[in-house]
Amino acid sequence: MMNAGIVIMLMALALFMSTLFGNSYMLTSRSLYLSVNNHEHLSNIEPAVSWMKNKNYTSLFSFIHDFRESVRSFNRSSKEAKMWTDIIYADYTFKVVKNSCTGWVRYHKFPLLLTILSLLVTGAGLFLTAKYYHVPKGIKNDHIFFSKVTARGLFGILLGSLLILFYIVLYFRPEYIAPWVILVSGVSRLLSGQEASQWFLYGMLYTVAVLVMGVRMLLKYRGNRYQQFRTVSVIFFQTSFAFIIPEILMALNQPWYDFKNIWPLNYSFFYDYNLHSYTSGAALGWFMLFWGIALIVLGVPVMTYFYGKRWYCSWVCGCGGLAETLGDPFRQLSSKTLRSWKIERWIVHSVLVLVTIMTIVTLVNYFSEYKLLGHETRILHRIYGFFIGSIFAGVVGTGFYPLMGNRVWCRFGCPLAAYLGLVQRFKSRFRITTNGGQCISCGNCSTYCEMGIDVRWYAQRGQNIVRSSCVGCGVCSAVCPRGVLKLENAEEKTRFAFHPIGVKREKVS
Amino acid sequence: MHIVIIGNGITGITTARHLRKHSGHEITVISSESKFFFSRTALMYIYMGHMKFEHTKPYEDWFWKKNRINLVHAHVDNIDFEKKQCWLNNKERISYDKLVIASGSKPNNIGISFQKIKGAQGLYSMQDLELMEQNTKGISRAVIVGGGLIGIEMAEMLHSRGIHVTFLVMEKSYWNNVLPWEESQMITRHIRHHGIEVKLETQLFNILQDDRGRVRAVVTDQDEEIPCEFLGVTAGVSPNVDFIRNSDVDTSRGILVNEYFETSAMDVYAAGDCAEFRNPVPGQMRIEQLWYTGKMQGEVLAQNLLGNRTAYNRGIWFNSAKFLNVEYQTYGQVPAVFPQSLDSLFWANEQEEKCIRIVYDKENLSVRGFNLLGIRYRHEVCERWISEQRKVHEVLTHLREANFDPEFFRRYEKEMTAQFEKEIHSKSKSESALV
Ligand SMILES: Cc1cc2nc3c(=O)[nH]c(=O)nc-3n(C[C@H](O)[C@H](O)[C@H](O)COP(=O)(O)OP(=O)(O)OC[C@H]3O[C@@H](n4cnc5c(N)ncnc54)[C@H](O)[C@@H]3O)c2cc1C
Ligand code: SF4
Repeated sequence: MMNAGIVIMLMALALFMSTLFGNSYMLTSRSLYLSVNNHEHLSNIEPAVSWMKNKNYTSLFSFIHDFRESVRSFNRSSKEAKMWTDIIYADYTFKVVKNSCTGWVRYHKFPLLLTILSLLVTGAGLFLTAKYYHVPKGIKNDHIFFSKVTARGLFGILLGSLLILFYIVLYFRPEYIAPWVILVSGVSRLLSGQEASQWFLYGMLYTVAVLVMGVRMLLKYRGNRYQQFRTVSVIFFQTSFAFIIPEILMALNQPWYDFKNIWPLNYSFFYDYNLHSYTSGAALGWFMLFWGIALIVLGVPVMTYFYGKRWYCSWVCGCGGLAETLGDPFRQLSSKTLRSWKIERWIVHSVLVLVTIMTIVTLVNYFSEYKLLGHETRILHRIYGFFIGSIFAGVVGTGFYPLMGNRVWCRFGCPLAAYLGLVQRFKSRFRITTNGGQCISCGNCSTYCEMGIDVRWYAQRGQNIVRSSCVGCGVCSAVCPRGVLKLENAEEKTRFAFHPIGVKREKVS
Repeated sequence: MHIVIIGNGITGITTARHLRKHSGHEITVISSESKFFFSRTALMYIYMGHMKFEHTKPYEDWFWKKNRINLVHAHVDNIDFEKKQCWLNNKERISYDKLVIASGSKPNNIGISFQKIKGAQGLYSMQDLELMEQNTKGISRAVIVGGGLIGIEMAEMLHSRGIHVTFLVMEKSYWNNVLPWEESQMITRHIRHHGIEVKLETQLFNILQDDRGRVRAVVTDQDEEIPCEFLGVTAGVSPNVDFIRNSDVDTSRGILVNEYFETSAMDVYAAGDCAEFRNPVPGQMRIEQLWYTGKMQGEVLAQNLLGNRTAYNRGIWFNSAKFLNVEYQTYGQVPAVFPQSLDSLFWANEQEEKCIRIVYDKENLSVRGFNLLGIRYRHEVCERWISEQRKVHEVLTHLREANFDPEFFRRYEKEMTAQFEKEIHSKSKSESALV
């Protein structure tokens, strides 16, 4: 039954992949008009691509190639004619492809989407039922290091490569997955009344992944209510705050806004176009601005003081949500060496410094009415967005799950995690308490720590664990076979307690 | 001074680490099982695929060099106590000023000799685990004889590979020689619930082999023949001291030591699983075969080597284990069979497989010990209550303080206290009726 589940899930994947192929594309005046909303550009592009018009393409690749080449050759001739202002820098390929697609996906998007989703749910349901139904509750990590998926085996590498490829295409060449966007465009219409973008597609895939793998989490950690509660929490925040509410806001003509995304993870929060859209909107826009600032200056320190950074990282955050659900099978792959801890501290704090500088420059520029740098901050934004926002957080952050564990981004890259971590380390009631002398140094806690903390190092010495990177997922405590670890919020003064029980200190003079 | 330690288990390594922490002596650790210290208690997790061998090493490989602890991967065949030299199997000799023997244990024999039979083995070392990996490849049935902690671990290991396990237990109920009846019953049910077959009050009578010398079945003392392709023998362990049996060092079952871990030979010390106390403190065991005790003994031994004469005093007993999915913790004194002077309060939730037993002194009602299944308690709090001889009533009203379960876990204190208070009440009534 488990194999049947896998086969059905693979069928869902195959069907989903196949929607990218077998479509036809025809450029028409209408599709061009719908895609290029800048009149000047339209009047320039139209003659350049007119030779493509009404021609039926069966290959997405040649369609994209022809369109690109046409625009490129137009730009080349403009350059030769020194008509600098005519050059088109904007890339319309994605929209043109999407609007020119006339294939089966366009006409069957609802039945197709439903089929894919039901195959996925059925397959996952079968798999999970077979895996957990007859097994008494309790956490089992059996065979994890034998598996070709979860121990950096062939399938793990394959899966990682697919994820990396997906992120690269999503960020840099979305036109190649335009049929997927069409597939979900009906859902977007229903929710916000707007055209779907690749970001809507991404949001939806993300939510489905969190949901399906979240259910797996709930089953895997039966008997541990801490794990189950926080899983329900991340599922909730992903589906509502990150996915549905922003779409509804759009339907209401409000800015797209994720109320739980906090600067500096949400690095564009203080960008001029965002400030503009908050302040030019109605009361809700202003509220968004104040809410966002309140989270930074009050929410983070106060909540982290009382509960540790876990309140955000493993209960609320979207990146954390994906890591704790889709990423859970890979948590054991994070490196626990002292060296990687060193590297981690350097990189993550550098990103925090970088984003802070960028934001300050942006704000000063904004309030000096662009006297400082004009519109050049955009270059800064583009560089940060490219290297940190896309490559680090997406391509590496998620693509490397099956290779380096599920928290690569959170551990090495996330500036918000760094900020939360500083508060957690220096001013918080949170700690992981070590239970006296019960540790047998088995290493389960360290192995399953997604943040690469060598928990055992502290536990075997009878020392509490206070580390800035700890996201409080509680898995060390869940897998410890001797009941040694407990996540706690208690008086600050007992935080660094060190009680190697057994041999009495006074006896060992 | 050159201090040589034989054995890189928890005892030897703890000794070495504490020596290094407080001194600049030259330290050499000789061990034959593995080059680097690993956690023996984690062997089962390697077999089940929870971890790889590298994860069981509590310290990274650079740690030893950085802390100037020399590691020698060899076997000590012989010790010349006169010349103060260890003779290694690679023909090398290492001289010492002080010698620590922390050579651990070896699996016990059973009445029948099984060592020569293919597919029959015990489990103690890394090599045993490798052998077990080979012996269980592709098999479908196994028998385990000896119902202790390693037995249940072996059963779980085999079970995780989809191998059908028959578990032969001599007692009336699993580990009933250590656990009181109710706890033992709960665990027996739990093991069976997983699909592991438990045969109680059953012993091994004979091992049957096929023509290639491999185990094909066992015969029990009930005259039952159980077919199997693997036989796990887990009849406890005993000190691994054969290599010094015929030397100047006094041995009995283990190497005889006093409370400072001094042996009968000058400048030779022994600790951990291999050591046996000549005159143990009343209530303490002659040989302590535990991870925790190895650690504590190593720490005290290091103090003695450093010249801070310190008598070993284990303090209040504690231990823990995990039986498949059920965690077990114990603090203080909880005997399997109670002497006249002790009584206990027992609360259980069968469905959730959780229970608590609080042992107290009948005479003065002070708390003596705790047994817990499926619930975690704080070591520090239990130890304090026991050593301060807190009265059982007082403990009951403060039970919450001891709870160490993860957040959001169901709490049962109210239910427990209500039941316990009723129980104490009726007990004291019936006693006064007797008078
Ligand atoms: C499967 C298993 C699970 C266990 N689980 C638990 C548990 O959960 N909790 C608990 O408290 N205890 C547990 N124990 C017991 C615990 O592991 C031992 O008490 C502890 O490891 C003993 O430590 P030690 O340092 O005294 O000896 P050892 O760990 O045995 O170390 C001695 C080392 O010395 C080496 N050696 C011996 N003779 C020589 C020689 N002549 N030359 C060179 N090297 C030599 C041996 O090869 C060995 O590596 C378990 C034991 C086993 C086998
Ligand atoms: S999992 Fe528990 S017993 Fe094992 S090393 Fe960690 S704290 Fe110690």
